[in-house]
Amino acid sequence: MKLYSFFLAASLIAGTDDTFVMKGVTVHPVTGPDVENASLLVIDGKIAEIGDAKLKTPKTTKVIEAKGLHVYPGMIDSATEIGMSEIGSVRETSDVSELGDYKPQLRAAIAVNPASEHIPVIRANGITAALAVPDGGVIAGQASLMHLDGWTWEEMAIRIDAAMHLRFPVISTGSFFSRTSYPEAKRNYENRLKSLSDYFEQARRYQKAKAAAGPGFKTDLALEAMQPVLSKKVPIMISASRERAIKEAVAWADKESVRVVLAQVRRPGSALALLKEKNIPVILGPTQELPLEEDDPYDEAFTVPVEVHKAGVKFAFGSFGNQFSRNLPYQAATAVAFGLPYEEALKSVTLYPAQIWGVDDRMGAIEKGKDADFIVTDGDPLEVKTNVKRMFIRGREVDLESKHTKLYKKYLARP
Amino acid sequence: MKFLLFLTAAALTAAPPIVIQNATVLTVTKGSFKGSVVIQDGKIKEVGEKVMIPPGAQIIDASGQYLMPGIIDAHSHIAADSINEGSVSVSSMVGIEDVLDPEAISIYRALAGGVTTVNVLHGSANAIGGKCQVIKTRWGKDREGILFEGAKPGIKFALGENPKRQGMSSGTRAGGGQQYLRYPGTRMGVEDVIRQAFNDAKIYQAEWKSFNERKGRGENPIPPKRDLKLDALVEVLEGKRLVHAHCYRADEILMLLRVADEFGFKIKTLQHVLEGYKVAKEIKEHGAGASTFSDWWAYKVEAFDAIPYNAAIMVKKGVLVSLNSDSGELMRRLNTEAGKTMKYGGLTETEALSLITINPAKQLDLDNRIGSIEPGKDADLVIYDKHPLSSFAKVQKVLIDGSVYFERDRDITDRQLREQRKKQLLEKEKQNQPQQKKNAAPGRRPA
Repeated sequence: MKLYSFFLAASLIAGTDDTFVMKGVTVHPVTGPDVENASLLVIDGKIAEIGDAKLKTPKTTKVIEAKGLHVYPGMIDSATEIGMSEIGSVRETSDVSELGDYKPQLRAAIAVNPASEHIPVIRANGITAALAVPDGGVIAGQASLMHLDGWTWEEMAIRIDAAMHLRFPVISTGSFFSRTSYPEAKRNYENRLKSLSDYFEQARRYQKAKAAAGPGFKTDLALEAMQPVLSKKVPIMISASRERAIKEAVAWADKESVRVVLAQVRRPGSALALLKEKNIPVILGPTQELPLEEDDPYDEAFTVPVEVHKAGVKFAFGSFGNQFSRNLPYQAATAVAFGLPYEEALKSVTLYPAQIWGVDDRMGAIEKGKDADFIVTDGDPLEVKTNVKRMFIRGREVDLESKHTKLYKKYLARP
Repeated sequence: MKFLLFLTAAALTAAPPIVIQNATVLTVTKGSFKGSVVIQDGKIKEVGEKVMIPPGAQIIDASGQYLMPGIIDAHSHIAADSINEGSVSVSSMVGIEDVLDPEAISIYRALAGGVTTVNVLHGSANAIGGKCQVIKTRWGKDREGILFEGAKPGIKFALGENPKRQGMSSGTRAGGGQQYLRYPGTRMGVEDVIRQAFNDAKIYQAEWKSFNERKGRGENPIPPKRDLKLDALVEVLEGKRLVHAHCYRADEILMLLRVADEFGFKIKTLQHVLEGYKVAKEIKEHGAGASTFSDWWAYKVEAFDAIPYNAAIMVKKGVLVSLNSDSGELMRRLNTEAGKTMKYGGLTETEALSLITINPAKQLDLDNRIGSIEPGKDADLVIYDKHPLSSFAKVQKVLIDGSVYFERDRDITDRQLREQRKKQLLEKEKQNQPQQKKNAAPGRRPA
């Protein structure tokens, strides 16, 4: 109880104080060389200065001594069901998949439960932001980038319309138990592709009609939500896993002239050159997986990130769920064990996702002028042994207690 | 190919001793140091900072690398053609040994992740499941060749949501709508199934005892009818078969311990045991081991109070704990799963390593054979390029019984060869196939 009230008090104090200087830390800016024995000055929630031990600050500035610890940018998970799903097997706790094929007006952010037990659990491992992704149908809705702290979803939201999630049609002959013939599957696929193009055409005509129309024009919420996609303000996040699907998705996106982020890329093969040429970024994951085919090399999934990196394609990691979101840094670490340069791995959970989701002016690196979204650790955050000691989001200290730490303390103390 | 020939030749003549040199040796039970391990006749002969190199020994230089005992996964379903005989509530008459597939690629993948011993379990569809089989990941050997010779037999039990699933429909009450229901549908029923089964087993045991006594007195009694289902449970009662029980919630864990107390047998391990941390005291008192996940949670209701500190709390309260995978993927990364316990609960390096080596060995009653680097034990060893508890470590070599079964370098150089062979086989298949009629209707593929 005493412990609990201590944390409550600490977070209240921190909540009103987003100006401080943190001393004695090694700062890992990600965008530049590490700074040892640094003084990190935060003013009004923004990074004001990364200086040495002698950095001059006003006498009134609160000093946080953190000798020997390390400062890294908060990590960003580029695909989760954060706050949208609580217990995997219980339908009532899930708000991820809505009915219907075309629902661009749906917004993930408003279904993010800020009291979800997953949020503190995930951030305890150094993740400060996550993309909440709606699923189901063809256009599933708007994926929202959320801070993992806030009293309401509104306070959590960084970008409600970070991306429009599209599940690109594929030729599927079904599962082992219910097989569709190939011609039938191909027909289904072509129909879906046609309806997708029709939908975009409809959205374009709506745009024209709206521009031409006078008073009394009837707003359509779904087609309205498509406009930022057509104007390339919002990227379309396309789930496409294998070479052929990726090529088709890219060709389609070219035709429709939309901005694309590819997700769940797993076997891009020769499509990588195309992604490089078109400057299309990629969300990988999960890459701690079994090989796709029986006769693939045993490390097939582990080497996808290095393959993508070698092709010069920008990528970030996603956990595609909630349960293992806290293991995001370890996905990146496994990629390092199997050939990815360490610096790339670190960027793929910090800087690159910030760039891909269009928020790198605010987060993803420790730089002057950016939001003070960072973690303080006793080591490399990609190492499983490392403890995240403190976390700051927009300069305010965030509680690292969770359902898990509370149960730990409670039952460790059981006589 | 040359390598295979070498192995065969080596097996025919007496295998030359092997010395692994200059490694950081993580013995698990006797500390860690820079040194060497001498292997002879498949066993560890000598371990130390300085060792006598036997004449004619093959040298493996492991400079800058780490040597640890082969990893033991106490809960897996790899290499089994089927997992669940779920049509009945008690399926102790069936066993995994009858459905083992030594050619399952999962064996090689586990091996490449440093796993050398696996407890292959029946599924969790019923309160008393089928018999388990301990195997070594001797890739390339036949069915007999992968069995862990002399391993004590085991059996799977299961509590909670899985065994009651077939007794419930979507409603909250047992029954209610599902067409084919199978008792039990509640945790009460799960206990009842186990108690009834052991009640029957006791009676059966007594019948045989009386028969044998009368026979011993020179009488000519009629033997009781043999019951294959109860035979396995009598073995449990007599301590000849180890119980590995799938469980989640604290209440059901306690229930099983009390049922075992009532009938006078022991639970060897509680599997998953995600709320074990709530009843660690009772688990320790009973003497059961616990084999859990590092950080799985929230995938179902009974996993909602699961915490990654589970292993550490149970260790601190004196329970014998191991970490398992229950997954053909995760079993390749049990080393970093163990590493997580250093963060979640502050276990030491040795405690963390024990969770995937000596502790599961004890839980399988095989600690005289495997689980640490000590003279006399099987030479089941893994060489990592970095400390195995690091996120960045990967397996370089794996030895089982002193023979190299996995080499990363070789795996990589062989990839091209395998690719070529695959192409040739596909080409051959094409040529051997009868020409298909060009205008044949594209029909449905058989399901």
